Amino acid sequence: MPDMIGNVVVVGGGTAGMEAAGQLAKAGLSVTLIEKENDLGGHLKEWYHLFPDRRPGDEVLNYLKNQIIHDNIKLLTGNSVGGFQKKGNDFILNTSNGEVIKADAVLLTTGFDLFKSERKEEYGYGIYDNVISSADLEMMFREKELRLKNGEKPGKIGIVHCVGSRDEKVGNIYCSKLCCVTAVKQAIELKETLRDCKVFCFYMDMRMGGALYEEMYRDAQEKYGIGFIRGKVSEVGINISNKLIIKVEDTLAGRPLKMELDMLVLMAGMEMSAGGTKLAEAGKLKTGENRFFAPADNHLGSNQSNIKGLFYAGTCTAPMNVTETISHARGAVADIINYLKNNEK
Amino acid sequence: MYKFGFSLTKARVINYESNDRSIVDFILEREPSLNLCIECGGCSATCTTGNYTNFSLREIHILLKRGENEQVRDKIKQCMLCGKCSLVCPRGVNTRNVVFLAKQAFQKFTGHAV
Amino acid sequence: MQFDPFVIPFNIGLYFILIYAVTRSVIWFRELSRPDKLRLQRGFFGKAFGQSLMEIFLESLIHRKILKKNLRIGYMHMSLAFGWFLLILFGTLEVDIFGASHLNAPYKAIFFKFFNPDHGQTPFEAGYSFLMDLILAFILSGLLLAIIKRFSSKAVGMKKTTRLKTLDKVALTSLWLIFPSRLIAESLTSGAYGTGSFLTGTLGSWLASFLSANEVAYPFWWLYSLSLGTFFVLLPLTRYLHIPTELFLIFMRNSGISTGDKTGAFSEVEVHSCSSCGICIDQCQLSFSAGINNIQSAYLMKAIRNNADTYDIAHNCLLCGRCDRACPVGIELSPIRMIQRRAGESETKYTNTWKGYFRNKHSVSVQKQNTKSIYDFLPESNPDKADILYFAGCMTHLTPSIKIAMTRIMNASGLKWSFIDEKGGVCCGRPLMLAGQDKEARELINFNSQIIWKTGAHTLVTSCPICYKVFKESYYLDVEVLHHTQFIKNCIDEDLVKMNFIHKKVTYHSPCELGRNSGIYDEPREVLKHVANLETTGFEDENSLCCGGSLGNIILSQAKKRQIATDVAAELTKKNPDYLATACPLCKKTLAPVTKSRVADISEIVAEAIVLPVIKKNTERYKKPVRESAGIA
Repeated sequence: MPDMIGNVVVVGGGTAGMEAAGQLAKAGLSVTLIEKENDLGGHLKEWYHLFPDRRPGDEVLNYLKNQIIHDNIKLLTGNSVGGFQKKGNDFILNTSNGEVIKADAVLLTTGFDLFKSERKEEYGYGIYDNVISSADLEMMFREKELRLKNGEKPGKIGIVHCVGSRDEKVGNIYCSKLCCVTAVKQAIELKETLRDCKVFCFYMDMRMGGALYEEMYRDAQEKYGIGFIRGKVSEVGINISNKLIIKVEDTLAGRPLKMELDMLVLMAGMEMSAGGTKLAEAGKLKTGENRFFAPADNHLGSNQSNIKGLFYAGTCTAPMNVTETISHARGAVADIINYLKNNEK
Repeated sequence: MYKFGFSLTKARVINYESNDRSIVDFILEREPSLNLCIECGGCSATCTTGNYTNFSLREIHILLKRGENEQVRDKIKQCMLCGKCSLVCPRGVNTRNVVFLAKQAFQKFTGHAV
Repeated sequence: MQFDPFVIPFNIGLYFILIYAVTRSVIWFRELSRPDKLRLQRGFFGKAFGQSLMEIFLESLIHRKILKKNLRIGYMHMSLAFGWFLLILFGTLEVDIFGASHLNAPYKAIFFKFFNPDHGQTPFEAGYSFLMDLILAFILSGLLLAIIKRFSSKAVGMKKTTRLKTLDKVALTSLWLIFPSRLIAESLTSGAYGTGSFLTGTLGSWLASFLSANEVAYPFWWLYSLSLGTFFVLLPLTRYLHIPTELFLIFMRNSGISTGDKTGAFSEVEVHSCSSCGICIDQCQLSFSAGINNIQSAYLMKAIRNNADTYDIAHNCLLCGRCDRACPVGIELSPIRMIQRRAGESETKYTNTWKGYFRNKHSVSVQKQNTKSIYDFLPESNPDKADILYFAGCMTHLTPSIKIAMTRIMNASGLKWSFIDEKGGVCCGRPLMLAGQDKEARELINFNSQIIWKTGAHTLVTSCPICYKVFKESYYLDVEVLHHTQFIKNCIDEDLVKMNFIHKKVTYHSPCELGRNSGIYDEPREVLKHVANLETTGFEDENSLCCGGSLGNIILSQAKKRQIATDVAAELTKKNPDYLATACPLCKKTLAPVTKSRVADISEIVAEAIVLPVIKKNTERYKKPVRESAGIA
């Protein structure tokens, strides 16, 4: 098949960006992949094992890194894009290094930012020792360092769902979709790392809406004896022995619950990335009430924006897991190829 | 002769058909945010009164919604109106106004002040 | 005999309103409590009397407060009030000097031109006519502004103006007709006789050039008289009753009478003194940030006067105090609103005692007869002894950084202190009071008072301004009550805690309960200046904004609270400070989610700045009560 003529710029070198770049290059297009950090990989670099089958995140990362080794791909790391203009069918982007790049199509894969748990002050993140976020815990798993601040091993660990999601008080009423299954996965991992520890998940709902998720939940209960308590934790404090005490109502029993914990893990939600928001404002791209990019059509155009030739893929449009991100990226590639073919005529 | 079929003890069952929901209707008309409650229990967890007695705002919400008013009538006045529940609610229910209105509704519909 | 039938409407109106105003004042006087009656009687002599007269001149006539706030509106009110006063004064003198005899009937002054059409020939007469015309022109210029305001409030610098009911509109129309009809009537008469001054003469001669001036003048004199008469007769039924009532209010207020907790003659006089000028609406954040325009104080006064149900209006208020401060008549708006909230709860519910012109006393007795204790589940307490107590307050438990900061500061001070609600305490009681439930609040107050008394402490420090206010005003405790900013200020003055200077830019949001409602402005400001670079925002002290989180508003939705908070945070972080400082946990919780700037309590900033002593302190010295060591009696 003859090579296609066309230059595509992919903004964001995470999971979606790398997969899309690789597929576009294989289709014969010329790709410029721009990433603001010095390393590629986005948040994928931070994960230890991925649900539902607990395979190492690094395997996926290595696959993606191989994908972008291609003559058609030009890499620009340590570079970000603040804005763009469209003249006719051409896009002109300005990078932070002062380069000006022309493109026939643009794919935004700017990803997400993790909710900053300090904003939920009553949970004590950054105030009490041993209150950590889910991302912190993944790092601990990667570095094989699962200890309390004082060096001891935690005996009783609590996990709080919905931190920064489904919460009108912090301005995020949407559900981040993945925190429940992440909580179950991390609970299982905690039990495997520290065999004698006790783990409790405090949830409002158990949202296990993905392939093999419910099975994980069953395993967590049956094989690992993880406790699930339905109740929203309202505040966290410490007692004299520096153990964490939580205030929660066991709604299913209908009574308040008293529990001491050594460590508390906050399931931080996903928010639209700051870089993506900047691009949305600069380029007048439509965003939803949840501040993520709004697709042109919820069913038939989930990769398309309100500007012809500008496409989206990945978590910049909505919270999604690695499987969905890669599929979404491939969908964007199909849309881009169709778009460029139509323009050629 | 066997009596088959569904037969629950009368005292246990929430008889949705015969329960009087005028109190919750009164509240919902004036504070529609109560519709958003998902019974997460955050309000009860943080409640000042809940520290001292078995007062659970979440329970009161669900009982009112189902029309089980008698179980609420004497409990509702224990609220200290401190407002922590409203500050914690993730759905943005104005819980303080719900309690305030509930007290009014009881007074209005049952003629018996709480 | 100088008389004409057209003066009859005016006479009826004037004598009616004079008798009515006096009668109503007497009735109100008789309803005052005995101590208040004595106060008022004393208020008619000595310094208070002079003060009242001064205030009547400066506020009721000149409208100085309104002028300072908004020049156009102030001018409008001043020209109508002061102008009309001058017109009456100089008109009375006019008929006295130039008329047939001294001591003339009022109508002879008002309709002087009609009965003395040749007047104005001699230089003195001409000079006097010039003065009268000048005053009339003054009034008419204000009238023009008033008409513009009715159609476009923005043109006169107000965001919104009061809505009127039908009777108000009729009275308004008759009021607006008075001076134009005087102008035309006088002009036509002047034109017919060739007299008049710069306004009436000029207009008159022009009109006379194509009209039969003398004949056309007569109906306009009738119009003048009718509009005056209508206005006077309708006055007690409309908001214009404020004109005589305000005078009575000023005397009462300067005699030392205040609103109190219950409906009484004074609160009624206040309610009827509201002129619906709309300045309270202008100040109200519910109006300009949340788009709610039917609950402001002017509407509350109106609802009370009209016997409407005040529930929705009375409870939908932040109780921030901005309107109280701005009211040019000095009506105690928030206390009156609180009386409405208490009605039916802990107090008797009164319907308005005036219906139209007449008395209508009809009360609905207290519905809650329950004398049973509600909070009897609270346990006996046995607190540890301490010199200084720290009461965090309900809200502070949701902002643990404040608790931690205060713990650091208290420890650094070396004083013997006890955290009495560390594991969560009982609410201070003020939220119940804000909802009008004073009786229930009293139970909580008694419970907490017991705990405080049992510790034997001499000082109580609290982080929450809401708690501070109730401890200070409603708990009859024998301890010194301090907000934590006051305590920190004492620590600085007494050199109990050393602090570094943090080179960060800080703006300060003054909490309503601490600032306007408790009068504490200096200590927070001084403390902030001591540790950081405090910048001004234009909303200092009494002019500060309310964050919107108020526990005083029972009804407001979370979405609207967010709108108010967003506007306030945007305003206070315009200069991009490093910290937006506040002194209230509820303010912090309300402002933090709506701004990217860091919101921190003053105690947090101070805790960051603390220098821990290298040498162990000699704590013997600090065993004295803070009161003494800080030099506070």
